[in-house]
Amino acid sequence: MIQPYDSLIAQTLCRVLIPWLQLYGLYVLVHGHVSPGGGFVGGVVIGGTLLLSLLVYGNGPVSRMITRFATYGEGMGLLLFAALGTLSLLWAGEFLNYGSVSVPGWEGPVRRWTGILLTMVGVFVDVAVVAVAIFYSLSPDNVEQGHD
Amino acid sequence: MNPWVDAALVLLLVLTAGGALLTRNLIGAVFILSCYSFVLALNWAWLGAVDVAFTEAVVGAGLSTVFFLMALFLTSPEEARSPHHRGHWLALGGLLALALLLVRAVKDLPRMGDPASAPNAYLSPVYLQRSLEDTLTPNVVTSIVMDYRGFDTLIETTVIFTAGIACALLLRREH
Repeated sequence: MIQPYDSLIAQTLCRVLIPWLQLYGLYVLVHGHVSPGGGFVGGVVIGGTLLLSLLVYGNGPVSRMITRFATYGEGMGLLLFAALGTLSLLWAGEFLNYGSVSVPGWEGPVRRWTGILLTMVGVFVDVAVVAVAIFYSLSPDNVEQGHD
Repeated sequence: MNPWVDAALVLLLVLTAGGALLTRNLIGAVFILSCYSFVLALNWAWLGAVDVAFTEAVVGAGLSTVFFLMALFLTSPEEARSPHHRGHWLALGGLLALALLLVRAVKDLPRMGDPASAPNAYLSPVYLQRSLEDTLTPNVVTSIVMDYRGFDTLIETTVIFTAGIACALLLRREH
């Protein structure tokens, strides 16, 4: 069990800070086309805010949902990335050549732009989930304390 | 490019790395290592690699610090030094030889920003010219990482996934 951190200052500050940090993480993700950042950095920021909420508020019902998602949802981002790569094989393109996926009304560059966005979402989900999963693996209640 | 800023940034890097190595209190060492990552991010930003700087600041100074602290709380915050010091001189000699080799190798690298160097002569211009019309992406780093070289990124994502799975397999108690 992860204990909540018993400090009014930390809890109030995190209540104000965490939504803005998560908004920033999403901004970094969707602005990856025009500014530094992208899926990896956005995923780390979101994963960091989840860790912050777990550290400060402990294992509440929402946190338990987060950790359960991190336990069973590992690999979902990777699956999304690889599935997009496989999708372009169906239209006789190379693996990960998003431009070959024919969508009516979309030019090649638009398809590639969308492919970049969706693969960034894949990396984003993967990194955020793995950050929470490693944290959860390292938390004291999950580590084997000798053989009893 | 101001050489004094270069020198100051590299000096800070060496100082923080040495501090992290020499500190006996491991929690202090973790925080000095976090400072080291931040100085490294400043170095990257100063050299113009903003994407790398961003990643280094977020991962090195943020996430890995949390993981190191969690690992320390599971073990012990004090460093235990082994009493056997016999191999130290051998290791020091080996490291010095390696450092000399690396310094020798730096001489063969092209100068930073040299327009005649191999990558700048024919590879970078192609990406820089075609990124916007091929993928509508002004940030060339993103279009290279996610589109032109998507396979690399797929394998990197696999590496991160493997790290999460390995931690779970090694550390989690069976329920």
